[in-house]
Amino acid sequence: MKKKFKCDIDCAACAAKVEDAIKKLDGVNDAKVNFMMQKFTLDAADDRFDAILKESIETGKKIEPDFSVEV
Amino acid sequence: MEPKLRKELNRIIASIIVFFAMMIIDKTGMLPVVFENRLVSFIVYLVPYFMCGYDVVRKALLGIKNRQPFDESFLMFVATIGAFVTGENSEAVAVMAFYQVGEWFQKYALGKSRKSIKDLMDIVPETANVEREDGTVEEVDPDDVEVGDTLIVKPGEKVPVDGVVLSGDSMVNTAALTGESVPRSVHAGDQIISGCINGEGLLRVRAEKAFEDSTVSKILELVENASEVKSKTENFITRFARYYTPIVVYAALALAIIPSIITRDPQTWVYRACTFLVISCPCALVISVPLAFFGGIGAASRNGVLVKGSNYLELMASLDTVVSDKTGTMTEGNFVVSAVNPVDGVSSQELLHAAAIAEGMSTHPIAVSIRNELKIEFPDEKIGETAVDTDNVSGQGIIARADGHTILAGNSKLMEAQGITYQDSLKQTADEASMGVAENEMPDTDTHQISARTVADDGLVQREWMQSENQAATVVYIAVDGHFYGSIFIRDMVKKDAAQAIREMKQEGVREIVMLTGDRKQVGEAVAKELGIDTVYSELLPQDKVSKVDGLIKQLETGGNRKKFLAFVGDGINDAPVLRRADVGIAMGSMGSDAAIEAADIVIMDDDLLRIPMVIRIARKTVGISTQNIVFALFVKALILILGAIGLANMWAAVFADVGVAVLCILNSMRLIAIKRTI
Repeated sequence: MKKKFKCDIDCAACAAKVEDAIKKLDGVNDAKVNFMMQKFTLDAADDRFDAILKESIETGKKIEPDFSVEV
Repeated sequence: MEPKLRKELNRIIASIIVFFAMMIIDKTGMLPVVFENRLVSFIVYLVPYFMCGYDVVRKALLGIKNRQPFDESFLMFVATIGAFVTGENSEAVAVMAFYQVGEWFQKYALGKSRKSIKDLMDIVPETANVEREDGTVEEVDPDDVEVGDTLIVKPGEKVPVDGVVLSGDSMVNTAALTGESVPRSVHAGDQIISGCINGEGLLRVRAEKAFEDSTVSKILELVENASEVKSKTENFITRFARYYTPIVVYAALALAIIPSIITRDPQTWVYRACTFLVISCPCALVISVPLAFFGGIGAASRNGVLVKGSNYLELMASLDTVVSDKTGTMTEGNFVVSAVNPVDGVSSQELLHAAAIAEGMSTHPIAVSIRNELKIEFPDEKIGETAVDTDNVSGQGIIARADGHTILAGNSKLMEAQGITYQDSLKQTADEASMGVAENEMPDTDTHQISARTVADDGLVQREWMQSENQAATVVYIAVDGHFYGSIFIRDMVKKDAAQAIREMKQEGVREIVMLTGDRKQVGEAVAKELGIDTVYSELLPQDKVSKVDGLIKQLETGGNRKKFLAFVGDGINDAPVLRRADVGIAMGSMGSDAAIEAADIVIMDDDLLRIPMVIRIARKTVGISTQNIVFALFVKALILILGAIGLANMWAAVFADVGVAVLCILNSMRLIAIKRTI
C-alpha cells in the first residue's frame, strides 16, 4: 500500500537523511520525503501499514527532531 | 507567515536585542570586575547564544550521536565554539545569530515559493455532491465518489472527477489546467475534466473515473514528483556538496594545527580555521539550484505546461532540433473540402453526392469532410442509406455499388487500376506551381481558397485556381460507371499560430525544425514552406518516424558528451514510441488523455503551439539563474576561503559568504516563481 502524507521537514539534507533511514526499516518497500513539496510518501506492507507508519515517524524524529507527519 | 516561522523570528530578534545590549555593556567596560573579565563575558554571551542557537546545538549533538556529523549545524557549532575558545565571544554570538537569520530567511522564501506554486495548482476539489437514487444530494469527499455516480456541480464549484455531462449547460473555466483563460462551453453529452471550475450553470455529471485516476490527481502527482527527477546541474551540486564540506573541514583542521605548531600562535590560526568552518556549508547551492528548477517547473505549470522533471527543463534550454508531427500538431487535423472540380457536364452537387455515397458512413476524416461539404453547400441533399456494398481497396480508395451504379472514390492509383481516363489535376497543379509559385512567396491560402470554391464550375478560370490552390491538398478522384466525374481537393488547415511559434523557436536558438508526416510529399512540402519548417520527411509509416528521430539524434551525437538535444512534438495519440525515443517528448492538446501524459516528458494541456517557445524561454531562464547562483556562490566562497586563510577576512565576512550568499541566491531563484502568465 502506498500513501501520501503532509509532513514538516526543515532542509533538503535532513529530508534525505530521514528518507534513507525510513527506507531501511523492515516492511518498507519505498519511502520518499519530498522537501520541496513537504510530502511524505510511504509504500509499505498492507497488513502492518499503520505500525510501520508509526515506526517511520519515530525513526524520522530521532534523526531530525523537526520531522513531523500529519496523519 | 506560518506561526512556527513567526515564533522563530521573534526568538531571533529577541536574542539579537539581548546580544546588542550585552555588547554595549561589555565594550563600555561596565561588567563587574569580580571574576576574571574574560570568563564573565563568556558566560554573559552564552545567554543570547543559546537563545538563538539552541536548536543548532541540539542538532549538532544529535548528528554526532547518529554518526552523521558533517551537517551545517555541526559545522556552525564547532565554529562558534572555536570562536569562544579564542576569546572572540561577541563574534561567536554574532555568527550564530546571522546564521539563524539566514536560515530563517531561507525557510521563509521556500515557504513562499511553495505556497505560490500550490495556489496556482489549486485545482483540487474539496468536496463532491453525489445525487443518490432517491434524489437526495449528499456531500462526500472526492475520494469516495464511485464510477457511475451522478454528481451535482453547482456554479463556482470545481468538477471533482472526470465525467460526462448528463444535463445542464454551462461555461467551464479550465485556466488552472490549461492556462487558457477563455471558458469552454459544455452541454449534455460532453466530456468534462476534473479541476475545471463550473461557471453559471448547474451541471449533472456522471462520474467516469475515480478521483485518484482523474486528471486532477494525475497532474498533481506529476508536478509533485517533478522535483524528484533531478537535473544534471542538481546532481552536480549534490556530488559537489558531498566532497566540498569534508575537504573544507579537513583544510580547517590542517589550518588549525600545522601553522599553530610552526608559529606558536594557536589563537590566530584556530580563529582562521573557524572562519573556514563557517564557509564550509554549501547551502547556498544546495537550496537555490533546486529552487530555481522548482520555480521553473511552477512557472511552466502556471501556463498550462506540465514538465515532468527538472532534467527536461534543462534539456529544453539547449535544444537544437525540434521534430514535429504534422496532422493535429502543425495543422488543425480538421479536413475541409477546399475545391470541388467536376468535369464538363457534371455539376458540383452531382460530384459531391457521388463522393458522399461512396464514402458512406466512414468516420475517416476525408469522408467526414466530404459529407460536411455537401451538407453546407447543398443543405437539401439527402444521402440516405443508398450505399449498399462498399469495397475498401487498401492504399487506393473505395469501390461502392449503389442503385445499380458503381462509384469509385480514391487516388490516382485507383483510377489507373480501374482503367479510368482521368484528369491528373494533381500533376498539373504541381508542375504549374513549381513554375509560378516557386519564385514568389506562397499564395495567401485563405483568400485563394474562397475564390477557388466560387469559380470551380467555370472552366475558364480553372487554370487559375489550379495555380493558386497550393499543393497541400489531398485529392479524391471520383468516377461513376466508368466515367470520370472530377476531383475533390481536401486540405487540412495549418494552425494559426504555427508559423509564429516556429519563428519564436528559432529566435530561442533552435537550429532546425523538422516535420514528419505520413502524407504525400507535395502536401508535406507545401505545409513546411508555408510555416517556415526547415526539413520535411513525408510518406512515412509510423515506425519510420521512430527511425527518423533516431537518425536525427545520432547526428547530434558528436563525441560521447552531448550538448545539443532533440525534442519531438506530437499530439500524443499514436506517437508514444517517438515521444519516448526523443530526448524530450512533448505532447500537445493532451488534457484528459492519459496515454499522452504517460508517454510524454512535457505535456502541453491545450493545443497552443506558442507554448513551446515559452517553455524554452522558461527553461533558459531557469538554467541561467542556476548557473549565476553556482558561479556567484563558488566565487564568493573561494574568495573568502583565501582571504580567511591569510587573515584578511574575519568571521563576519565568512557569515556573509555563507548565509548572505545563500539568501541572495534564493532571491535570484525566486525571480522564476514571479513569472506570471507569459501568454
